[in-house]
Amino acid sequence: MSPADSVELGRVPYFAPRKGPPGILGWVTSTDHKRIGILYLTVILAFFFSAVVLGVLMRIELQSPGQTIMKPQTYNALFTLHGIIQVFLVVIPAVPTILGNFFLPILIGANDVAFPRLNLFTWYLFLAGAALAFVSVFTGRGPVDTGWTFYVPFSLRTAVNVPMATLAVFVLGMSSILTGINFVTTVHQLRAPGMTFFRLPLSVWGFYSTAWVQILATPVIGITMVLIVMERLFGIGVFDPAKGGDPLLSQHLFWIYSHPAVYIMILPAMGIISDLFPVFSRKNIFGYKLIAFSSLAIASVGSLVWGHHMFTSGQSDTANVVFSLLTFLVAVPSAIKVFNWVATMYKGSVSVEPPFLYALAFVFLFSIGGLTGLFVGALSTDLHLHDTYFVVAHFHYIIFGGMGFGWFGALHYWFPKMTGRMYEKRLAVVAWLILFAGFNLFYFPMFILGWQGMPRRYFDFLPRFASLQFFSSIGSYIMVAGLAMMFYNLWRGMRHGEKAPDNPWGGATLEWQLPSPVSAENFEELPVVTRGPYHFGGSEEKS
Amino acid sequence: MGGPDREAAPNVPRGRVGMWLFICTEVLLFGGLFLLYSAYRYHHPVDFHEASLELNRFFGTLNTSVLITSSLSVALAIHALGENRKPRTLAFLAVTLALGATFLVVKGFEWGEKFAHGLYPNSPFLDSQSKGKILYFGLYFMMTGLHALHVLVGLGVLSAFLRLVAKGRISAEKPVLLENAGLYWHLVDVIWIFLFPLFYLIT
Amino acid sequence: MESKGAEKPGGPGVYLWVWGILLFLTALTVIAASLHLGRATVAASLGIAAVKSALVVLYFMHLRWEKRLLLKLLLPITLATLAIFIGLTYSDILVRYK
Repeated sequence: MSPADSVELGRVPYFAPRKGPPGILGWVTSTDHKRIGILYLTVILAFFFSAVVLGVLMRIELQSPGQTIMKPQTYNALFTLHGIIQVFLVVIPAVPTILGNFFLPILIGANDVAFPRLNLFTWYLFLAGAALAFVSVFTGRGPVDTGWTFYVPFSLRTAVNVPMATLAVFVLGMSSILTGINFVTTVHQLRAPGMTFFRLPLSVWGFYSTAWVQILATPVIGITMVLIVMERLFGIGVFDPAKGGDPLLSQHLFWIYSHPAVYIMILPAMGIISDLFPVFSRKNIFGYKLIAFSSLAIASVGSLVWGHHMFTSGQSDTANVVFSLLTFLVAVPSAIKVFNWVATMYKGSVSVEPPFLYALAFVFLFSIGGLTGLFVGALSTDLHLHDTYFVVAHFHYIIFGGMGFGWFGALHYWFPKMTGRMYEKRLAVVAWLILFAGFNLFYFPMFILGWQGMPRRYFDFLPRFASLQFFSSIGSYIMVAGLAMMFYNLWRGMRHGEKAPDNPWGGATLEWQLPSPVSAENFEELPVVTRGPYHFGGSEEKS
Repeated sequence: MGGPDREAAPNVPRGRVGMWLFICTEVLLFGGLFLLYSAYRYHHPVDFHEASLELNRFFGTLNTSVLITSSLSVALAIHALGENRKPRTLAFLAVTLALGATFLVVKGFEWGEKFAHGLYPNSPFLDSQSKGKILYFGLYFMMTGLHALHVLVGLGVLSAFLRLVAKGRISAEKPVLLENAGLYWHLVDVIWIFLFPLFYLIT
Repeated sequence: MESKGAEKPGGPGVYLWVWGILLFLTALTVIAASLHLGRATVAASLGIAAVKSALVVLYFMHLRWEKRLLLKLLLPITLATLAIFIGLTYSDILVRYK
């Protein structure tokens, strides 16, 4: 479809007013997967910004020893809330519900997901869960201070509003499960003619594997949250040591979900990175099938390693050894991805556009995060590193450096397709640079703090940790400045950017055959697919 | 919205795929509880046995049979729907509802008996018992309670769908909603099939 | 929309047979509990429960006649996942309990 043709055919953008309720009402009652993606984008960005604010407040407190701006109880509540928001309201849902909702049907050549009304319902559930979490901060005896992990027996005894917070997590889990069900059904039932599994873009493999984890793992945290509430309200005894309950079993149940949850966080982002490398190297991906299967491998083997969060909790040595071994195994499929991405660039024609900068940063930061995972995955070193700043640095590199940068890269990549405009590229690069530099200044010192012995979730610290904490705080302010610049650039681009062509990056996947922005109805005629997603040259010239 | 989406595998309604996936999540939801049960029973085998003597095997067996029969009746209802025999469909659905309600009544009665004997979470009597017995009853109420909640939801859904069948909105041409409700009901039956021996028949 | 395969699955005859067998197995499991089988009791009652569940899944839930491979694989995948969750947890509690 050349640009000239598409001018004549229906080019009413999906965000233009349409039949049905006007204005906001039309948006919040829409079952159009693209509009639902935008609905998720707006609320998730709001949650992300508030969690960042909480993080900055924490960093101000930690900038110097002793009390700086808040009391210890406040600090406990802040890191708990920061964790709950980031984990359950941002990082787990963001890529699937924003970008998966918007693009999954398009990438497979369909006009919507399998269950559009259920899709809208997941958004309402998401809001309900968020509302519960929000209300829990201001009711009962105050905001939750247990950490986002709600460990018993503390969560059973602490006076704050644990039941409402855990109920919030339950509701958010339901939303995630239903999205997973929707995506698996969509991929199995709605692929366009000729779109075999091995012609799917790897981003779809990412969404697909993630959906399986959402389906199989999330129910377990659902029941765990219910059990914590039941234990608090009715004293059933299963988690209360005074009644014979074993707190370690609650940790097992909690991490049986919460470890696979980190794969829910990273797999969609990795999938999108797998789309970015071929496009910006203008070369077919190296090892398509390996990458596709590695997504499935990460999803499955990753569900076997949860005990590595419990090495020092008192579980048996046998369990420790088993889980440590399995943890080392799960590093392999991730490494395969990294090798294959880099190999894709070899002898490719690389164009360093903003989305690709984020992809490159992803590989660098995720590799650091992943490699430091080996230190905590090994029993002898974890003994010293558990519950220290080393772990905090490790997961921020993986989650923020990985999923976060992947998410930002995807936003920069698909921005023209979603808005019909282009952001200012130079500003995007400057923002990226500041963000990247600030990120590393912020989190790298934490590795050092950790192996020097600074515990996590501590309001105060010894003077010998002061200078690294100071640098880390400065890094956080720089990073936030970069974030602000990045979002400002995107916001401005959305309002006033130049109109974008249909295929600014020369992509060969189906979304680039559609107009920028996508019209209300994706495909007037369902495409017939005859080749894989990364074949360049010929008709996919950059327009 | 555009042309019809092409089903990659015709003849299987997507609603059925979605429902089966949902059933898997329910299996894992209860699975967490079965994990706890198996751990604590392994730890306190004698206590679990002694505690189970408090349960009434007759009512347990009765309820098991009631639920199995209700699975039969819902299956017959769906079959009748496929043959366009509306009165028969409605009759079998009504039977299913009656049996499900019976199950809940019996369960309520059993629970009442426990309460009367001071056997409920946080009761002073139960707290004075051994840890294994406290855990047994904690799990008993949690698991049969969650199950009963699922029965209740199932009854709600089935009665709503009974109305839809009566109105013709579910029919031989559009049977998927009722088929899915049937799948859910059978799941509830299967869960009880496991709960019954695990709580009532411990030796 | 055809929602069943060419061979009409289920039917009152099959359902009644399965129902009968289920009730019989229920009686069996109650009787087995009053025999003193020692350690075998757990295995026996879980085994019978598994057979009963299989009957419900295959016949009442129509998996016996299901053409779509995905649907036939779902329960095995789910149960395997659950088995792994429980099994790996046992690597901890088998050692710590007792």
